[in-house]
Amino acid sequence: MMKILVVDDEKDVRVLFEQRFRREIRNGEVAFSFAYSGEEALAYLREHFSEVVLILSDINMPGMSGLELLRHIRQDYPVNPPPPPPTVMMITAYGGQHSYEEALRLGADDLLTKPVDFAALKEKLHLLNNA
Amino acid sequence: MEKQPTRTFTIREGNDSIVAQKANKGKSIIVDVDARGLKSKYAPFMDIDGELLFSVVPALIMVRVLRRFLDLPTRLPRVSQALGWIWVPMAVLFVADQIFRFHTKLLDDGYRLFAYTVGVLVLAALRHYRPARTVLLAALPYVLYLAIELMLTAGGIKLGKKYDDIVNNSEGFALLWLFTFFLIARSQKKTLEKERLEREAEEQERQRIAAQNVELERLVAERTSALTRQAEELRETLTELKTTQAQLVQSEKMASLGELTAGIAHEIQNPLNFVNNFSEVSVELLHELQEGPLQQLPDAEKTYANELLTDLVQNLQKITTHGKRADSIVKGMLEHSRASSGERRPTDLNALADEYLRLSYHGLRAKDKSFNATLTTDFDPGLSPVSVVSQEVGRVLLNMFTNAFYAVQQRQKLGQPGYAPEVRVSTHQRAEEVEIRVRDNGTGMPDSVKAKVFQPFFTTKPTGEGTGLGLSLSHDIIVKGHGGTLQVDSCLGQYTEFIITLPI
Repeated sequence: MMKILVVDDEKDVRVLFEQRFRREIRNGEVAFSFAYSGEEALAYLREHFSEVVLILSDINMPGMSGLELLRHIRQDYPVNPPPPPPTVMMITAYGGQHSYEEALRLGADDLLTKPVDFAALKEKLHLLNNA
Repeated sequence: MEKQPTRTFTIREGNDSIVAQKANKGKSIIVDVDARGLKSKYAPFMDIDGELLFSVVPALIMVRVLRRFLDLPTRLPRVSQALGWIWVPMAVLFVADQIFRFHTKLLDDGYRLFAYTVGVLVLAALRHYRPARTVLLAALPYVLYLAIELMLTAGGIKLGKKYDDIVNNSEGFALLWLFTFFLIARSQKKTLEKERLEREAEEQERQRIAAQNVELERLVAERTSALTRQAEELRETLTELKTTQAQLVQSEKMASLGELTAGIAHEIQNPLNFVNNFSEVSVELLHELQEGPLQQLPDAEKTYANELLTDLVQNLQKITTHGKRADSIVKGMLEHSRASSGERRPTDLNALADEYLRLSYHGLRAKDKSFNATLTTDFDPGLSPVSVVSQEVGRVLLNMFTNAFYAVQQRQKLGQPGYAPEVRVSTHQRAEEVEIRVRDNGTGMPDSVKAKVFQPFFTTKPTGEGTGLGLSLSHDIIVKGHGGTLQVDSCLGQYTEFIITLPI
């Protein structure tokens, strides 16, 4: 089972993801956790780091931005020690060329554009799971 | 010394001169006693009538005084010259005397009278000159006296003692008169001279002022023309500034509107994403419901439930459709804030304009086979390449052409007889920029529309046909993206022309 942490300040994201991945959750393929801010996400990771395989984070958030969160994750959990670092996918707003480049520089594994294309996302998860 | 017999010895009284004359052996002693004193002249070596010779001296003095006092060389140059010969009559008399030996006092007095008369005549000739008149007045009594005396002497008339005194006194009076008036004349002359100098100074001053006036007039004219020129320049500058200001205000308005638009779009995007996503996921859920739990229902209920489900799915699809429509508008709005993705490259705008003209024409023809329009191109062959993001400028051109074709199409629909739709594109090389004009002979637009044409969301097309973002984006691309200008010129019912300038 793949544990996914979704970070977004919009609370409705939870409902949306749960409904979109209804079948997968039911089948026990994936499990979602949700954090509504960067700080919350870091707090969650401190306790459940080894479990989390994938982090999906919005970039534009009040308080700690997605990019800051990304930097923390890459600093706090370097590449080498036994539990492999989580894959991080950033979700950028349409046309945010600058944050796109910044995210890649900070070590994001992939970038998704809002509105999220769930079919494509499922495809990516499938590939990640099989890898 | 041998005693000489007295040949002539005359003591003449009755006037105030006593002349003693004694001639001896070619020698003569002349004693002249008069009111001025006693002069003794001694000419021992020549037997000549010296008195006659000496009478020339007062005459010469008189001439000199007259010349000096009356400025004769300038006033009466010829008379002044003639006066230089005043000694000639005396010389003639003298020679005559030497030959004929008149031995008379008359010659002497006569000559003197002659000289003084000449002087009086000169003065009379200058009677318009006030000092001359005064001198004339001064001299007249004395000359008159001399004349009377001469007449008396010549006539040999002896007057009684009483009359003698009168004559003697009158000589003194005449002399006194002469000096007094001479002094008056001198002061008059000085006054006149002073006045003349003052007048001259005034005249000079006047001339100086006149010259200054002329100079001032010239300066004023010069200054006036300079000021006029300056005023003209200022007026031109002011007009230019006003135009620039209007353009700045316009582009500033556009920029702030663009930012506002992008800001609004960002805010709308997230909720809109939820709308779209939830409606999509709801459709999925309904399908799941239809395939799963719904199958358990009894058939009678199932049909009804299926109907409801179909309607629900349809509604959700409508939500998705309109949500997507809103989404595409938001994306258009976001274009305002999107940083230019392309790279600037030197571009041949003639080729670019031609390419996009054909593209938009054929695009329109694909939708409407009946549509036809003349495409006129007037490309400046000397157009220099301009560094632009060609996709962006292409987009602007496409927008212009689409609008132009739309306008001619609308006018064509009015069915005016003889109307031939035409879209014309021309390029021009200017000093520091390149100009592209896109002109159509379509419906044109009123000023009220012209004023709003670059505002986001302003459209004259029916709902759903245009977002009203095309020209506002074009404005952004040209002005903000490329530092150029985008202007519109139009006449309702006749034409519309868009003018794009891009700096080289």
